Amino acid sequence: MTPRFLAVKRRIRETADVITIEIPAEGLAGGAGPFKPGQFNMLYAFGVGEVPISISGDPAKADRILHTVRAVGPVSKALAMLRRNERVGVRGPFGSHWPVDEAVGFDVLVIAGGVGLAPLRPALYHLLRERPRYGRIALLYGARSPEDLLFRREVEAWRCLPELQVRVTVDHATRDWTGDVGVVTQMLPKVRFDPLDTVAMICGPELMMRFTAASLADAGVTPDRIFVSQERNMKCAIGMCGHCQFGPNFVCKDGPVFRFDRVMDILKMREI
Amino acid sequence: MIRSDAEFSPGYRRGGHPSLFGRSPCRLGPVLTDRRRSFGDRALEEERITETKSRAAILQREGLQQLIDLLRGRGYCVVGPTVRDQAIVYDEINGLGDLPAGWTDRQDPGTYRLVRRDDEALFGYVVGPHSWKKYLHPARLRLWRAERRGGEVRILDDAEPAPKMAFLGVRSCEIHAILIQDKVFLGADFRDEDYARRRENAMIIAVNCGEAGGTCFCTSMGTGPEVASGHDLALTELLGEGGHRFLVEAGSEAGERLLEGVRHDKPVEADLAMARAAVEKAKAQMGRSLDTTGIKELLQGNQDHPRWDEVAARCLTCGNCTMVCPTCFCTTVEDTSDLDGSHAERWRRWDSCFTLDFSYIHGGSIRHSSKSRYRQWMTHKLAHWIDQFGTSGCVGCGRCITWCPVGIDITEEAAAIRSGDAGSRRRG
Amino acid sequence: MIEIADILRQHPFTQGLDEEIVDLIAGCAKNVVFREGQYVFRGGESAEYFFLVRHGTVALEMFVPGRGPLTFLTVKSGEILGSAWLLPPYRYTYDARAVELTRAIAFQCDCLRDKCEADHHVGYEMMKRFMPPLIERLQMARLQSVDVYGQGTGTSGT
Repeated sequence: MTPRFLAVKRRIRETADVITIEIPAEGLAGGAGPFKPGQFNMLYAFGVGEVPISISGDPAKADRILHTVRAVGPVSKALAMLRRNERVGVRGPFGSHWPVDEAVGFDVLVIAGGVGLAPLRPALYHLLRERPRYGRIALLYGARSPEDLLFRREVEAWRCLPELQVRVTVDHATRDWTGDVGVVTQMLPKVRFDPLDTVAMICGPELMMRFTAASLADAGVTPDRIFVSQERNMKCAIGMCGHCQFGPNFVCKDGPVFRFDRVMDILKMREI
Repeated sequence: MIRSDAEFSPGYRRGGHPSLFGRSPCRLGPVLTDRRRSFGDRALEEERITETKSRAAILQREGLQQLIDLLRGRGYCVVGPTVRDQAIVYDEINGLGDLPAGWTDRQDPGTYRLVRRDDEALFGYVVGPHSWKKYLHPARLRLWRAERRGGEVRILDDAEPAPKMAFLGVRSCEIHAILIQDKVFLGADFRDEDYARRRENAMIIAVNCGEAGGTCFCTSMGTGPEVASGHDLALTELLGEGGHRFLVEAGSEAGERLLEGVRHDKPVEADLAMARAAVEKAKAQMGRSLDTTGIKELLQGNQDHPRWDEVAARCLTCGNCTMVCPTCFCTTVEDTSDLDGSHAERWRRWDSCFTLDFSYIHGGSIRHSSKSRYRQWMTHKLAHWIDQFGTSGCVGCGRCITWCPVGIDITEEAAAIRSGDAGSRRRG
Repeated sequence: MIEIADILRQHPFTQGLDEEIVDLIAGCAKNVVFREGQYVFRGGESAEYFFLVRHGTVALEMFVPGRGPLTFLTVKSGEILGSAWLLPPYRYTYDARAVELTRAIAFQCDCLRDKCEADHHVGYEMMKRFMPPLIERLQMARLQSVDVYGQGTGTSGT
């Protein structure tokens, strides 16, 4: 599969090391909405390399695709430095998606840790657009510090919506922060939801996802209603290079979104 | 309500039966059974027009040279076994003179030696460190190259035509390995087009094993020793009374056509009996076995078995097993560019799950210890593969046992885990 | 006039506690209020009080040289604040600062310790209500300490 080369249309600095880049959707998978929430593209920086990047935009806006990149390695740094009109190679979209259709009629908890809000944002857009079809919807978002919070203005705008419960916390903060400080699970008791009728979508560091799923289970949410987004080393994204294996699953095509009851035994084991 | 399995990621999928001759999702799969049927129909027709031809034929020793010449004349690069660096490897061959006449191999855990036979058999050995994946799934492949000019980037369209190759001397276990890789690369969702082209252009001249190798266990895996299907021609080497000759059977129309191009005779009962005896001898000599009963659940359910620590103390994570295994398919990519950044290339090369950075994500590798990496390889090969592709990943060729520098034996490891099965202790 | 004991009964901390014990510990308690920005206590000070937060938010801080005051936990209404009174030599470890107008019930630690020593049943009832929140905070603190967000998160980026 060869990449398509598209021009960067917009570049948004989210935090000190996180950038969102926007490319036009033309030339990618056709049909109504070029991607499903939770999917990713393989982005290629010319001559440097290719990495999986979550699609973080609105699936209903069919003309553009947003990717939120954390610059931690040579490839992601090169992607984060792309300017308007520079070319980026794109393959995709790949992977499984958040169960936004299956969650109709339920209360929905969207729980994000750090950059994990990026692959969840498309799900939130969808949930808000189709608001009447869902019960209560809550966003719980935790990050390391206020400087690491993504999409701050958008999150603030969401906080003002009466139809959405929003709770934000950070691990530690300076005086400027007047919000909560502590881990994401601390906010669960403050959120209104019926555990027996709730679907939860969690994305963040693996440790955070495990603790959050455990807290949800303690609260009465069954593991077949909890969804996590897994991450592994990827080279091909089409199930042929073998790198992304997670037990018998290929994260690139059986995931990255997994129903928790199907992977919780694997997650309990070390070095799988 | 939440829909069940259909929509969501399958996790542990329903296990498949390890046999290969079931439903195959790959495009080449159904063709195999079709070949047999069409061959049968054509045989009936031909009987009316020409003189009677039985399905099997006898090829004299010179006939095999004729076959090689015929293939080369038709534009095939013929590759087959040849002696190099004190091993039998696969390389281009021009004629019978390149084959390892009179050689056999002595294989044991961590040991491979070539030894003279007391006859001049051309195929009197089993398998060496090479496998046919060398040609179908090359160790280095340029995926594409691109040029950046004036702000635009374009892919340069210069895909090489796939070479036409004739594989001479393919063993039954190796055919099964190719079929297994077909499922990986010719799947329903994505296809490796380079593999597909090479595969379509490949002619398979198989050879039935007349003896078992020192580390073979194909009978346990249902992959031999007799070639059953997937071949264009299958040869059984016969020596002694009647002269040096081959019993040949065509497995496809292409094989049929090939056979028609060389001098061949009808076999007599003695030929057929000798051929059967050779295969029986190979079966009887099998020195190892691997009990595949419930092996998927056994390995997936025993990831904390103490045996993994035991084998980890021996395993060097050198990755030899993955290099010689005919079904291992992991690869990595290398992205390169020239000095002024105007050209870029992407290359694919073989990789191994034993390397430390195979499972690297920011911060570190998921599988850091050698224990976790050995466990991954063996569990994938014998268990996860069934969930992923519907068959076992192992064909019982014994290469991993022979070429492991410390002689780790996959059949021994599987048996050790079975004898201390945590699940059976709970169930007992 | 509303008695301190009545206010105490409204707080989740006293749920299930015998009436007599509530009255007993009320003898150590008083109603307090903190303005936004005011320190409830400072690290190093002698731990005279612990608090049950009724309304508002208190930030627990550590001063890190070179980085200034860092908040690592916010304590909200219904929660307990201050555990130093359980641990000799009874000194506050952290700074606690009211983030907004905050009302709390302050317990004099000497008084409460004496009552617990005199009647171990009272002591046990106090411990039963103190330990679970502290253990939960310990679990959360450990999660914070491994800095899960430091090494990258989700599927975004390599």
